[in-house]
Amino acid sequence: MTEPVWITGIGLASSLGEGAAPHLAALSEPAARPVLDKTGFTPFPVHPLPALEIERQIPKRSDQRQMEAWQRLGTYAAGLAIDDAGARDLVSNMHLMVAAGGGERDPRLDEAIAADLAPLPPAEAAPLLNQRLANGLRPTLFLAQLPNLLAGNISVVHGVTGSSRTFMGEEQAAADAVRIAAARLAEGRGGIALVGGAYLAGRWDMLLLYSMGGALWRGAWAPMAERMERGGGAVLGTAGAFLVLETESHARARGARGLARITALATGAARRRGEDTVRASANALADRIRPLLRDGYAVISGASGVAEPLAEERGFLADLRDAGPAQGPVRHTADLIGHAVEAAFPANLALAALALGQESAPPQILVTGFGLWRGEALALVEPVGGAA
Amino acid sequence: MSATRDHLGRPLIAVTGMGMVTPLGFGVAESWAGLLAGRSGIRRIARFPTGHIKTGIAGCVELPEDQRGEPLSSPARVERYAMLAAEEALAGAGIGGKGCFPGPLFLGMPPIEVEWPNRLEFARRAGEGRYPAMIEAAGRRPELFESFLFAGVGARLAGRFGTRGAPISLSTACATGGSAIQLGVEAIQRGEAEAALCIGAEGSLSAETLIRFSLLSALSTRNEEPAKASRPFDKTRDGFVIAEGGAALVLESLDSARARGAKVLGLVLGCGERADSFHRTRSNPDGSAIIGAMRAAIADGGLEPGQIDYVNAHGTSTPENDRMEALGMLAVFGEQPPPISSNKSMIGHSLSAAGAIEAVFSLLTIRDQRLPPTINYETPDPAIPLDVVPNVARDARVMRVLSNSFGFGGQNVCLVLGAEPA
Repeated sequence: MTEPVWITGIGLASSLGEGAAPHLAALSEPAARPVLDKTGFTPFPVHPLPALEIERQIPKRSDQRQMEAWQRLGTYAAGLAIDDAGARDLVSNMHLMVAAGGGERDPRLDEAIAADLAPLPPAEAAPLLNQRLANGLRPTLFLAQLPNLLAGNISVVHGVTGSSRTFMGEEQAAADAVRIAAARLAEGRGGIALVGGAYLAGRWDMLLLYSMGGALWRGAWAPMAERMERGGGAVLGTAGAFLVLETESHARARGARGLARITALATGAARRRGEDTVRASANALADRIRPLLRDGYAVISGASGVAEPLAEERGFLADLRDAGPAQGPVRHTADLIGHAVEAAFPANLALAALALGQESAPPQILVTGFGLWRGEALALVEPVGGAA
Repeated sequence: MSATRDHLGRPLIAVTGMGMVTPLGFGVAESWAGLLAGRSGIRRIARFPTGHIKTGIAGCVELPEDQRGEPLSSPARVERYAMLAAEEALAGAGIGGKGCFPGPLFLGMPPIEVEWPNRLEFARRAGEGRYPAMIEAAGRRPELFESFLFAGVGARLAGRFGTRGAPISLSTACATGGSAIQLGVEAIQRGEAEAALCIGAEGSLSAETLIRFSLLSALSTRNEEPAKASRPFDKTRDGFVIAEGGAALVLESLDSARARGAKVLGLVLGCGERADSFHRTRSNPDGSAIIGAMRAAIADGGLEPGQIDYVNAHGTSTPENDRMEALGMLAVFGEQPPPISSNKSMIGHSLSAAGAIEAVFSLLTIRDQRLPPTINYETPDPAIPLDVVPNVARDARVMRVLSNSFGFGGQNVCLVLGAEPA
């Protein structure tokens, strides 16, 4: 990177609540307990959507009606980040990078159609499916479903129009969105960018998908370390997490405060077979970060709870300990807010930036992202005044 | 400044490989021949029943697998189209070793999800339709899980072609293909890579997709005359026609292309983008975002509007888009805009693939010095005072092409493609 890139705004809403306070409180309390919905999606515990005054960030009812909860959460968090950065007047030239999954289906319609058509022979079911969908789908739901419409809504509601790109691909999409947004700023393509994602954990359609992959923890919630002893599994978390990124010169010129600096960020995608392992991939990504580490650096881990990548991450962090400076505490944020897929990496960067602003903060924080199926990401986050 | 750097000192970006699959054929040659001949690839949908759906036509690309009964799922189609296009592009570029591409993958693709045949199978086994029961009936299905994850298609293509780093999948609606190329251009300009494999692929045609677009009143319902349904810029246009397909481009720095003696098929001279904050599916009536994107692409290439010889239109055939695009043309180019034509009149709108397919067609336009037509142009629209290359291809001197892509959600990307400098 040629010019330092700062985080100057954070928009974070999770099951713990919104903004810095509840998240810092949870981070600083070793015995902090997560907020859970234990019964709504049995057998899967999920971290639910917190109560939000949506109209504070999405004042128009007409805008709210065009979205479902996932897009509303993301648009809300994006607004929080813009406000936090004091950047409302900069939105027209702000670049936007969003990591998005698909939007909500109408689960009641799915269930009704599935119940009625499943017993029929396919030749009878197909025309009936058309009829049921044509009569049952709401027009607005299509727009609520399109991944790029989270970005579209952020443009419409908040006026962010510098550019707009939506990355797809679960956890990794967000890490690459941040990486590319930061790289574009560092090379002088614009001075300010908004990047992040949102995930809604309480969705049957997504639980079906992740359950087919054997990725989900079933039954009573337990911290990740305990889950590992019983085969592992992710507890999905609801989060909207956006960051305002800014070049140092752009931030200084407008007198904006830097919450943290992203000193290095690298992403990879091991195929997770043979020698192409998560641990090897992370070790390769760490080549540029290892020389920058200082004694007492902390780790904010984006591990999902799925056993294999978590074991590989443990191995990688052990390699890092063996290779270099003394490693500080390792915090698995999924134990606090759940695994928020596309929102996980931005949320963890946000938590790292918030933590660096506290008294007795570590000198640096290494943020990791290890996708439950694919994707590795590492970011080194430091105070803006810190030496590189 | 050397001849391999642009006006900002960035490496010039060469295209050294192209591949495509369109409703007009498999491969660049067949698709381009059909396009120059003014042939329509739009037909009645035969793959699934279309009763109760207002639109029964599309630019279908049938795959051998479709003949065996059950059509492929959307992610499988996207992967197949992308793979076929990439294989052609890589064979032409002759870059890297087999399964060893020396750069990243940027894949523009549609969103995917678990599909109706899967849901019905689970409900059948569960004996009921509720999600918790379907989840238990589904059990562990790693192949379906990996198929419907957004990262799945890109991961499999990255594995097949041996691209480097994390594969990037993206969606900017109808601008997706353009965004994939733009990301590749930027990665090379930044020095992250010497080469990039950029793909746009689309395969989401299904009953549910048709119904969803129909509910937005976006699709043509001219079911009785499929070949006449897509009629960009014609006064009687009534919506777009969904299409399938894909295109792939191998990008590399001009330096790197020349150093290895590769044939340079053209250059990506400029990329421009601008988001619209006006409405989720409509452009701002002042055209500011699409005008901004067109101007940004031209400026990014260090060019003036007068240096653009031809515009490859977004030209979807919706009443709204074509009017707005004409407004943008007049604003950017003044009273004498260059000719503009829409490939979508023949191949329909391939959504996530369109930007990449049209970039390839733009390069072929330069190669052959021949403008593909806008077919079905029968009734001029007074709101569109443009030379749309009506109905018949024609020769023209073309050194630089502006290719427009404007998406739902207000995401607009324009590219300027040019001939290799002598």
